Amino acid sequence: MHPVLRTVLQRLGLGLITLFAVSVIIFFSMLLLPGGYAQNILGQGATPENVANFNHELGLDRPAMVRYLEWIGNAVRGDFGNSYSGTTGTIKRSVSGVIAPRLFNTFFLATMAAAIAVPLSLLLGVLAALYRNSWYDRIVNSVTLTTIATPEFFIAYLLVYIFAVKLHWFSPLSTVSINTPFLEHVSRAALPAATMTLVIVAHMMRMTRAAIINLLASPYIEMAQLKGLTRWQVILRHALPNAWAPIATVIAFNLAYLVVGVVVVEVVYVYPGIGQMMVDAVSSRDMPVVQACALIFAATYITLNLLADIVAISTNPRLLHPK
Amino acid sequence: MTEAANPRTIKARRTVLQNLLRALKTAPISAWFGIIVILIYAFAALFAPWIAPHGEADILGKAYQPAGETCWLGCDQIGRDIYSRLIYGARNTIGIALITTLLSFFVGATLGVLAALKRGWLDQSISRVVDAFLAIPVLIFALMMLAVMGKNNPWPNVFGAFPLNLIVILALLDATRVFRLSRAVALNVAVMDYVESAKLRGEGIGWTVFKEIVPNILPPLVTEFGLRFCFVFLTIAALSFLGVGIQPPTADWGSMVAENKSLINFPVRTFPYIPVPFYPAGAIALLTVAVNFVVDWVLHRTSGLRDGK
Repeated sequence: MHPVLRTVLQRLGLGLITLFAVSVIIFFSMLLLPGGYAQNILGQGATPENVANFNHELGLDRPAMVRYLEWIGNAVRGDFGNSYSGTTGTIKRSVSGVIAPRLFNTFFLATMAAAIAVPLSLLLGVLAALYRNSWYDRIVNSVTLTTIATPEFFIAYLLVYIFAVKLHWFSPLSTVSINTPFLEHVSRAALPAATMTLVIVAHMMRMTRAAIINLLASPYIEMAQLKGLTRWQVILRHALPNAWAPIATVIAFNLAYLVVGVVVVEVVYVYPGIGQMMVDAVSSRDMPVVQACALIFAATYITLNLLADIVAISTNPRLLHPK
Repeated sequence: MTEAANPRTIKARRTVLQNLLRALKTAPISAWFGIIVILIYAFAALFAPWIAPHGEADILGKAYQPAGETCWLGCDQIGRDIYSRLIYGARNTIGIALITTLLSFFVGATLGVLAALKRGWLDQSISRVVDAFLAIPVLIFALMMLAVMGKNNPWPNVFGAFPLNLIVILALLDATRVFRLSRAVALNVAVMDYVESAKLRGEGIGWTVFKEIVPNILPPLVTEFGLRFCFVFLTIAALSFLGVGIQPPTADWGSMVAENKSLINFPVRTFPYIPVPFYPAGAIALLTVAVNFVVDWVLHRTSGLRDGK
């Protein structure tokens, strides 16, 4: 078997194992809830019969192992059970039904931010690495350091203040629904996407710069320069093939960062995505929703890192041309 | 006998303080700026009750009262003095972030050094568990655990509103990151000849760790401490902003932003003191920048130890 294919398959297997371990952690940490679900939802005054009834109704009186297998089995097919809000009533809300439209919104927002941030930060980072220690490099460096140090919600409010309150270019709240037309959706999501873009560009540009500088310090680059190749030949023929791996890592790391950034940003702009939903569910202790959101976030995070690994392996010149 | 009379007098070893002063003399402006800002914050945090003109939960005026005699920076949404709350916020936010980071370093570094020294099944089992936890974003996992465990602590009679759960959850999550680094650096040191000879001399594990390994892995750990502190600090601010971190009426910069955010969206004419939510957010940003400047400088000075990573 080709060594690249073998390593890629190994990574895929490792990713699946990680995903499994994470699902176990997510499910079993729910068992730490002091007093159990029932006590928390029914309140302190609940009689033991009430609690037992409630547990039986939700199937919580069965062994944890059985419940885990059932949960993960259904989750793989996209069914996360019923939300706890409304369990005491008659209407059952399925978690997947609540999540699906919001998942699309979050995906929309993240794609928008990534589409702007990735090319921009790669360009800025490579330029900063090529012209390092110039005034351009210094300015970009201090600006990005400040952006990294600033909490996302601060950047978000600053943008709202400037572009919504002062200039009236965008609406300060990003309420969208399924019926919102595409262009309207883009305009509503513009400010949240801009916020995330700013934060990601800062991280990504610094990491790209570091990776490229690291690369340019390699002996084979010096060799290429010494044998008289032009600057662009050195970069395109010798640096770039080796640069794909670090660049892929940087991109994946920052897209994974989007997963976290999206939570805060959605809350600021009241954008109906799963980040905001998770925060709401945490406040109301709606466990099936929290579990589902955590699993989706973790799975995205793992998948992105896995993709970066695979790109890094399959573009590695040392693996592609084995001796 | 004077020193000039005997040229062979050996100069005494410089004390830690002298070394520090020498280092500070060569420090760049950015590092000086960072150190001064950190000292000001530390002063505000330590002496908050004496500096602040009012208590953190005292209601003094009307909601959103403009800046004036009683409230220097105006009042917040229920009439508390924003200036006093900013100062108490320094104590609460920085204090909790510091405790969390210390705890995470205690747990993470202890396990990391132990795993590097013992290897074998201990190392393997801790490392695999940590790998699984590293695959979950901190903020997401913290949110989930806060939903499970609650926001304050399981013994409200003993600790009051002290956010023990928040501290322990964040510290343990952060410890997984600390473990990775301290294990990696300790592994490099643990194979050195001097560690081997200490073992052969029959030194106990405590001596080997504290006399041979810890002094050699300290520089990267100290810089990491600064970076982890920033990260924990920002995470706590984000969690408080989301309403699941430090709970009111405790003054905290993250929740102060959230509480006063409506001032940004309201028409300027009704509430002319727009900058109110920007004060706590700016305070967070300034401290993070300052710590980053100092870390950059320390990193630069000890870069030999972090290169090739």
